[in-house]
Order: sequence, then C-alpha cells, then structure tokens
Amino acid sequence: MSINRREFIKANAVAAAAAVAGVSVPAIASNLITSSDITKLKWDKAPCRFCGTGCSVNVGVMDGKVVATHGDIKSPVNKGLNCVKGYFLSKIMYGKDRLTTPLLRMTNGKYDKEGEFTPISWDQAFDIMAEKAKAALKKDGPEAVGMFGSGQWTVQEGYAAVKLYKAGFRSNNIDPNARHCMASAVGGFMRTFGIDEPMGCYDDLEAADAFVLWGSNMAEMHPILWTRLTDRRLSAPHVKVAVLSTFEHRSFDLADNGMIFTPQTDLAILNYIAHYIISTGRVNKDFVNKHTNFRLGETDIGYGLRPEHPLEQKAKNNGKSKGSSTPIDFDEYAHFVSTYTVEYTAKLSGVPEHKLEALAELYADPKIKVTSFWTMGFNQHTRGVWANNLVYNIHLLTGKISTPGNSPFSLTGQPSACGTAREVGTFSHRLPADMVVTNPKHRAIAEKIWDLPEGTIPAKPGYHAVLQNRMLKDGKLNFYWVQCNNNMQAAANINEEAYPGYRNPKNFIVVSDPYPTVTAQAADLILPTAMWVEKEGVYGNAERRTQSWYQMVTAPTGAKSDMWQLVEFSKRFNIEDVWPEELIAKKPDVRGKTLFDVLYKDCDVGKYSLDEIPDDRLNDESRHFGFYIQKGLFEEYASFGRGHAHDLAPYDRYHKERGLRWPVVNGKETKWRFKEGSDPYVKPGSGWDFYGHKDGRAIIFALPYEPPAESPDDEYDLWLSTGRVLEHWHSGSMTQRVPELYKAMPDALVYMHPDDAKSRGMRRGDLVKLISRRGEVQTRVETRGRNKPPVGLVYMPWFDASRLVNKVTLDATDPLSKQTDYKKCAIKMVKV
Amino acid sequence: MKDLKLVSIAGLMALLSTLFLAPILTSFTVHAAEKVEKAEKNTLATLRNHTEIMTQKKPNRMPKVINNDIKQVRNYPMQPPVIPHTIRSYEVNKNNNKCMSCHSRHRTEESQAPMVSVTHYMNRDGNFLAEISPRRYFCNQCHVAQLDAKPLVENTFIDMHSLMKQKTANTTEH
Repeated sequence: MSINRREFIKANAVAAAAAVAGVSVPAIASNLITSSDITKLKWDKAPCRFCGTGCSVNVGVMDGKVVATHGDIKSPVNKGLNCVKGYFLSKIMYGKDRLTTPLLRMTNGKYDKEGEFTPISWDQAFDIMAEKAKAALKKDGPEAVGMFGSGQWTVQEGYAAVKLYKAGFRSNNIDPNARHCMASAVGGFMRTFGIDEPMGCYDDLEAADAFVLWGSNMAEMHPILWTRLTDRRLSAPHVKVAVLSTFEHRSFDLADNGMIFTPQTDLAILNYIAHYIISTGRVNKDFVNKHTNFRLGETDIGYGLRPEHPLEQKAKNNGKSKGSSTPIDFDEYAHFVSTYTVEYTAKLSGVPEHKLEALAELYADPKIKVTSFWTMGFNQHTRGVWANNLVYNIHLLTGKISTPGNSPFSLTGQPSACGTAREVGTFSHRLPADMVVTNPKHRAIAEKIWDLPEGTIPAKPGYHAVLQNRMLKDGKLNFYWVQCNNNMQAAANINEEAYPGYRNPKNFIVVSDPYPTVTAQAADLILPTAMWVEKEGVYGNAERRTQSWYQMVTAPTGAKSDMWQLVEFSKRFNIEDVWPEELIAKKPDVRGKTLFDVLYKDCDVGKYSLDEIPDDRLNDESRHFGFYIQKGLFEEYASFGRGHAHDLAPYDRYHKERGLRWPVVNGKETKWRFKEGSDPYVKPGSGWDFYGHKDGRAIIFALPYEPPAESPDDEYDLWLSTGRVLEHWHSGSMTQRVPELYKAMPDALVYMHPDDAKSRGMRRGDLVKLISRRGEVQTRVETRGRNKPPVGLVYMPWFDASRLVNKVTLDATDPLSKQTDYKKCAIKMVKV
Repeated sequence: MKDLKLVSIAGLMALLSTLFLAPILTSFTVHAAEKVEKAEKNTLATLRNHTEIMTQKKPNRMPKVINNDIKQVRNYPMQPPVIPHTIRSYEVNKNNNKCMSCHSRHRTEESQAPMVSVTHYMNRDGNFLAEISPRRYFCNQCHVAQLDAKPLVENTFIDMHSLMKQKTANTTEH
C-alpha cells in the first residue's frame, strides 16, 4: 500500500508546492467570471487527428483558439472517451516552432542544394517548384516527378493529389505512407475477397465471445478500441482474450492466453489452426462448399530488396508470377496444412502445445463467436499479404465471418488510411473505389469521370514508397513532393537509401509540414502547412466510417493546407507544359488552359457555390478559390463508388452525422458486409455473397511458412522489433510538442530482457549502440518498462527524432504489397 | 535556504568551468568548432538538439519520474489529470488494479487520494454502475506520470482562463 508514502507527502506537499512554484497559498476567495458572453465556448465535432480508430472529439474554441477538447459522447466509436493523446489534441497546433513561411535552401539569394534555409514568399516557392518540376518533366518525362502522401491527408487532399499526378502530370509515382502500414492488409483483402476493407465493424466488440490479437498491441496503438474490448472482457466473464506477439506488452495485461512466438512463425501458427479445425472435424462444410474456393499460392517470392541483393538472386519466383495461384480442392488444401502439426508448430514458434491448442479451439468451437484483430505485426511482414490471407482462411473454414462478433478485423494505423489512401486510391497502382491503373476499363472509367481524353492515365504502376527512395538515390526521380508525413524518420534504412536519395544533387525535394520535421530538415524547400481543424476535411476510419469536420480556427499566418498547396500549384502549369500534343488534340478545348482549370475549376469539383457554406463558418480555401472546393472534390470522388458497393452519402449529411459506414445505400449505413440482411449488395437467397469476386466466393489460400529476410546470427545476435507507443503519434512531430505527452515519454529507449543486458555487461540506463549491417543508433537501456521482450529480442520505438532507429532497420518488403517489415532485422548491441 | 544552496552550487560550477574547462575548449580544432557552429545554426532540428540527420548527440540520461504528489493545473476541465507520483510496479491487469486501492470511492478517506471522476462509473450508454466501469479499467490509457525532462519545444497553448481574464480586463477599461 502507498499509505505510508502518502502520509509523508501530505505533511510536506502544500509547503513544497508553494515553495517550488514561488507562489503563496491563496488566502482569499477569487472572483468567478460568470457572464455567459465571456465564458461561452464554441463547440464543434471533428475526428481525432491521430490513429485509425476514428474517435470523434468535441473541440472548444474561444477567440480563434482551440482551448479544450474532449471525447464526443454522441459518437458510437468512443462514446465520450479519448486516449491520452486525444485528450491533448488541444495543444498539438501550438508548438512554438510552427512554420509560417516557405523556406528554401539558398546561397547568396539563389537556390543552392547545399545552401542555408532562407525565408521566401509563397510566390517564390511556387516559382522554383514549377521550374524544377517542368525541368524534370521535360528531361525525363512523367516518371521523373513523384509525390509521397499520407493516410493523414483528408479525403479531399488525397483526391486532389491523385488528380494532379495521375491526370495532370500523367505520373503514377504517387504513393502514401499508408504503404508502410496498410498495404499488406489491402493485398490480403483484394486477394481473398476481391474488394478492400473489413466486412465487420466495431459493433463486433460488444458481440464477440473471444478476441485474438495477432501482432497488435491494441492497448497502446488503438486505446479506445481496447477500452471497448476490456469492457466486454471484464463485464462478460465468459469472454476470452488471446494475445500473440514476439514480445510481451501492455495488451498481455488482459490476456487469458498470452503467447510469445519466434518472429515470422505466425505463418505456421495460422496454418496449424487450419489443420486443427480440419483434423478435429469442425469445418463448416455447408459454408465452405457454397462460399469459398481453394487455391495454392506461388512460393519463394523473395524479399522486395534491390534486385542485385543476394536474397533476390536466390529467390525463384520474385518476378511477375509472385502473386499467382492455381486452383486446388479441399483435400489438397487439407493435405497442405497437415504439415503444421501441433508438435512441429510448437517447436518452430516456441509457443507451448497447450497454448496453441487453447487458441485453435477458440476458432474451432462452433459456439464461440471470435473476432481477430491485427495491425502492424501482420502487415509489416515480408509475407504480410500471406498472413492476412491465412487469418481469413480460418474464419472462412468455420464460416465465422460477417456476422456480429465473428470478424476477421484488420485494424488501421492512420486516421484516413482507409478513407484517403485506400478508398481514394493514392497508391502508385490504384485509382478510386478499388480500381487499378493496369486495368484499361478502370482507366476508362476514371478518364470519363474526370472528362479527360482516352490515354491520359498511364497504365504502368508508378514507384511505390520504398522504390521512391531507391529511385531518388539512383537519380531517376528528380522532383519529389512530400506531404503530411515524416518519411526521413519513418522509412527503413535511412543511411543507405532515404538520406542519400533526398540529398542527391540531381533531385529537388519539397516537404510540406506544420513543423520542422526530420524530413523537412532533409528537404530543399519547406512549405508551412495548416493542420487538422485549421481546415475542412473528411477522414475515413478502420470500420468504413466516413467523418467530416468544419474549419474551426484560422491557421497561423503563412501556413496553408495541403489541399490549398496542391490546387494553387496546379495554376502554374498550362496543359501544354504537361501533355503531349497528340493527347491535347483528342480534346482541343483544354488548349491554353491551366491544370487548375482542367482538374479543379471547369469540372464537377468547381460546381458548388460559396453560398452553400454557412455564413458563420470559416473556410479559407474555398473563399480563396471562389467555390466550395471541399464539397466539389468529395462529390466528384464519391461518384466513383456510388452504385459500386462503395456508396457514400451526400457530402452535407456528414456534417450532421458522427460518421456513416459505407456502403451508404438509401440513406442507410452498412454494418456487416457480404451477409444477407445487413448488406444491400448481397444477392437475395445467397446467405453470404463475397461479391468482390465474380463468382461470389472468397478464396482460401494454401501458403507455407517461409523464413524472414534477416535473422540473428553469431555476430548480429539479436532480433530488433520497432513500433509505436501510446503517448506519441507516429514520428512524434505533433505529440512531442505537447509538454505533458513529451514528459510522459520523452525518449525512445531500447527495451530488453534483463538477462540479455546482463550477458552484455549492461544495466538499466546504460548508454548503448544498436548496430546493424546498415547503420547504428544510440539510446539507453530499459529492462523494466512496459515492454518485456524475451531473451534474444529487443524493442525500440521510432517516435524519437533524436534517436533514429530506422538508421538500423532493413528495407525488406513484402514482394506482393511492397510494405516494409519493420518488425524483424538482426542487430548487435554494445555499450558506449 | 534551498535557494541559497542552489546559487552557491551554480557559482561553484562557474568557477570550476573557468578554471578547468577553458584549456580543453581552446584545444578544439578550428574545423570542428566550425562544424559544431554550423550544426547549432540548424535551428530547424528542434526535436533533434539541432544536430544534422547523419549525426547524433549523446542521449541524455534517463529522467526520473516526478514523485512530489503536487497536483498540476489542468489545461481545461476535461483533461485527465497527470499522475504526480511514481507508478513503478503498479499492477493493473485483469486480476488487480493497484491504482484503485487509493483512488476508488471507498478508499479515498484512508488514502486522501482524489477519487476517480464520476464519469468513471458510467457505462457506454451513460448509465451509472455500482463500481468503476470496465471501460475505464486501464488507468494508464489516459493518465500518465511525468518524467523530469525539459520539453524540447515550448507550447503556446492559451488557457481559456487567461483569455477570459483578458476579456474582463478589456470590458472594465471601456
């Protein structure tokens, strides 16, 4: 008990407080201000700026400043709660080092790649940008220009960017940072179901009898969903929670069955569960016969490294065939997974047999409604798409899908990774509403909606995130714009790929951000950016919920939103600057027009009048451009998905709702997709209909365990896993500037087992170096923190700009999804 | 007395640095000094101790948890209060909740700790329960201890109280 400590404290606290603060204890009552015209706050709703949960918050404004935020009681997502980050949203816009003027590297008044950052005007900024972009386009064509965007972009910003790049510049070299976080999930959905995003929704949390966390530390990364899961587990005692990870973390505090497995062996455990379901006779045969197909996937597909890497030289099928598969039948599938016996799997994974069996039983028992959650453990994985496919297998074998509580649920990292990156299609191979640039029909649909001549959108996928850094380094990508992310801190292998790419003298790098990030530091031009409620926008969360917000405060003078920057920049290009004559000839009326005219003004985007904006609302962008641009971008974008199972409601309705889950058909949202009765797109009489595939069937894939790209050896003898923390959002560029959050978690430490520390002569607090084949980083040792790794593995978060753990990580990716595996590489540690 | 002690330590430090550090400083090569100066000029790297990306300053020592039990002013009424004491080895798991041994309603007389807010007894639908709601069970999702670390960047957030005081002052002037 802490009573003794408290007794001691009580006696000293008041006097100590007064002494430390240098104030006297107030003796007289203070006058309260009660007049309502002074105490009144203007409250409005907005989705939280941070994770993919998509909590709604109420934002309180006084005299043009955000002065308070709290959880929105009307939101079905969070019902009045926020996590600690969400509660401090009020302060994220007020770091003293907000950028308010464009900064260009200059020497003697001229741009110089090696120059010092110098304040310039927006006009000058767009001048140099346009000059560099036009030069790159002229010299090497559309492939020489590119953009790295974000799952934190609003829907409208992502849509404006896709249009500018894919239609305007005719370059598919646009990719979001969601490539680092959700690409494998997308790959998994497209492969198994032929359509992206979860079939279930958060209502599963109150309906399930069992939860299985696969490589997801929800307690820290999705705290509000964790409160719902905790609520369910503790208020309904029959509910069970299983947690799997490569190290023990906070989510284990609620685990009935906590399992630590050797990195990469999750693939084997998933196959073992399928084998267990089959061998104990618990396959839901009726469901499997009616609604699934079986296929055998291609194997030995490499690790997404540079082609000259020995691992790629060795891989047999890392070419075009890597995503292919051939049909098999149930018996062949059953035979395939029969390798994964409990004995074999326990030995490979290090998880005791009885724990594996208890886990498998949660799926196999037809009476248990089970929800699986996963995030970066599966997605940041060199076999991430496979891992996603394999978890769907076990839900499909048992028919535990698309009904309340039965839910394979891919959690999203970012606030609009679903809404913007995935649904708008800001990936290098995608178009809105799950369409792809490689499909001529899809390009034709986009060209029709955008009113562009046939052949405008290039058919070849552009450079994805990791390839962008490689192409920057190789000097092939020369004009590069980064918005709404911090990729110099976030990308793996900073030393060998990211930094040399940005600083390559052939390249001009533009970084838009509210704050001077590590990425901004590596840029040539920095653009000061408005954020969150300084603009109007829409986010889409992990349960397909689309949420909008109004602008509530003005941005600091000089800072402009990402959307304003994209659209304003488009005015610098005449169509003749970017399109070849033969394309212009197909649509002569664009001659002499700017990209602004063609992409934003003289089309559906430009058709909503300023009169539609309520008079008492700020909307700096629309009032600048002269039309309700957020509505125009949204409505034109929504026309891609309406009638195609991606239906969004009319824009205005989102301002009145706490979000709606798409497809929104006849004004009604959809909770469980693919199930008759809850999804209007399901064929009547079918029961379930996985309509993403033409035959209405989902695919069960036979895919094996394959080893990771890099494992510990004699010299590099430890696994390194990286990840996030509760108190900071991603790279910490917002939350490290909130004093309370900074002081809660100021530095990224390396969490390690006490025995691993001892055997290296290290103690808690010691200064150490983490060294890989690629680079090193210094930090201090933590042996008793919230993360408790097993012997042989260490964990270091990546939020700390001063301790860049990505100098150490490996840029191996899933060859199917191109997503980096941040969870596994080999390092050694030495004392400094 | 405390203050006097501090002043004298600072004075002593200044004296020591003049005596012993000066010769070491002058032995720096001119080139290194220039490099350091250039890095220091890098005012953009506000979260990086103003260092270039490919270099790293020696990481600070691990700061200690502030354990003085002094309540901090909340930035706004709805802010969850920060924890003014250490929570090392506090167990909060499905079997135990150490925080509640002082902060639950029926323990506060004994502990003299603040009772958890009434909101913590409400379920998802806003109905009060007899005991703390399981949705509020893991205290550290909202409440965090503070380490004795100096923020790297000042935050210019304005307390609504300051804004109101300005306004009342303005009203009085008119």
